[in-house]
Amino acid sequence: MTTVVCRCEDLTEEDIVEAIEEGYDELETLKRHLRLGMGPCQGKACLLLARRILRRETGKDVEEMKEPTARPPSRPVPFSLLASPDEGGEDDD
Amino acid sequence: MTEKYEAVIIGGGVNGLGTAYHLGKKGFTDVLVLDKSYLGYGASGRNGGGIRQQWTSEDNIKLARESRKMFERLDDELEEDLEFYQGGYLVLSFHEEEAAEFKENVKLQNKLGVDSKFLSPEEAKEIVPELDISDVVAATFNQSDGTIYPFKVIHGYADRVREIGIDIKEHTEVTDIVTQGDEIKKVKTSEGNIKTDTVINAAGGWSSKVAEMAGAEIPNVPVRHEIMVTEPYKRFLDPMVISFEHGIYFSQSEHGNIVGGIGNPDEEPGLNQKGSLWFLKNFSDTLLDFIPRFSGVHMIRQWAGFYDTTPDAQPILGSVPEIERFYQVNGFSGHGFMVSPMVDKVTAELILGEQPSMDIERLRVERFEDMDLEEEGGVVG
Repeated sequence: MTTVVCRCEDLTEEDIVEAIEEGYDELETLKRHLRLGMGPCQGKACLLLARRILRRETGKDVEEMKEPTARPPSRPVPFSLLASPDEGGEDDD
Repeated sequence: MTEKYEAVIIGGGVNGLGTAYHLGKKGFTDVLVLDKSYLGYGASGRNGGGIRQQWTSEDNIKLARESRKMFERLDDELEEDLEFYQGGYLVLSFHEEEAAEFKENVKLQNKLGVDSKFLSPEEAKEIVPELDISDVVAATFNQSDGTIYPFKVIHGYADRVREIGIDIKEHTEVTDIVTQGDEIKKVKTSEGNIKTDTVINAAGGWSSKVAEMAGAEIPNVPVRHEIMVTEPYKRFLDPMVISFEHGIYFSQSEHGNIVGGIGNPDEEPGLNQKGSLWFLKNFSDTLLDFIPRFSGVHMIRQWAGFYDTTPDAQPILGSVPEIERFYQVNGFSGHGFMVSPMVDKVTAELILGEQPSMDIERLRVERFEDMDLEEEGGVVG
């Protein structure tokens, strides 16, 4: 059975275990190697799951694992909302 | 416990790992690469992945040209798909005066073997149909420029370097470089001391701090630059689009995300890596001026990194006058990734006392003392 861990980047549990075995054994490098948590949800679901897999595979203490920095904006925002009202052209709706 | 290596490289970014790779290829493998965090924590993992040969100084054009050729072969060498996409760089000008300079730049680039072209606004629009060209005066374009995925390069180098037998230690911070007279004796780290007589300073934004530890002086100053990424889309943008006047650059990665940044001319130097509202607003404003159709595109993440800047925006390479065997690979001022293959090859040659493949005399730190500086005018972001 295949377990999808990261829906944005289409990563399975198997992909993550494989990457850990290749030496990407911390969340920061796992993220950058697989683009885990770099999709539209920004890791809200997958990073917690990946942390559990990492603990299971490496025996590392979860408390010691550094979380990747949460980056703004916390959810996807269209450029039209960020730009000045008088800037930019048509809306895409 | 005191360990011993023939050379210690400080900084696990693209230039530290690349230098290790070139040393290793020549059979010099008693080398340790140190990083205070994870590999690519600094600018190598925070940049836009641009590979550009359209520069204004002869040295940068040559370094970038040779590096582009090496990037074209790097997939095979590292046995990794590095997502190098040669969709070109489209450089836009909004003023006649700058457009005149563009003509001169293209002449110099062509003379040095870079196939850039001077374009009308309409020709620019043919390359990027969504572009609003109402204020564009002219453009230049070079097809063999492009973008790469920085993490793949970092991880590809790291894998090869380890295979060759070179050691890499992450989460190991250098705290001091002990010298006696003009010789290096050891490197002190958070994890113990390392005996060596050769140190390579590839510490990016932290380079001037590292130089200070050894008692050497380099003029580098770290300056924050912010960047963002959107949701991935099917490819619709081929080249990297940049403007020096607006300080903006943006491209679409092989994965489909739009990646781009804009420089803040009022940014104070310092080791600040936080994101700002100034960036979100100004990047969005300028981007929509360039391509109004981006209004509905979603930004998903912003972050920041450093340009390790020098007074002439050119890198510092080679040894320093104060200390023997203390090599600099820093001061890239925002374009360290794209020139790294050639820089790292030459650095390895210098360390091994070989004839360098390219003359880098004008890029030594001594230039700030006794030479007229040729400032690189092509910095963006």
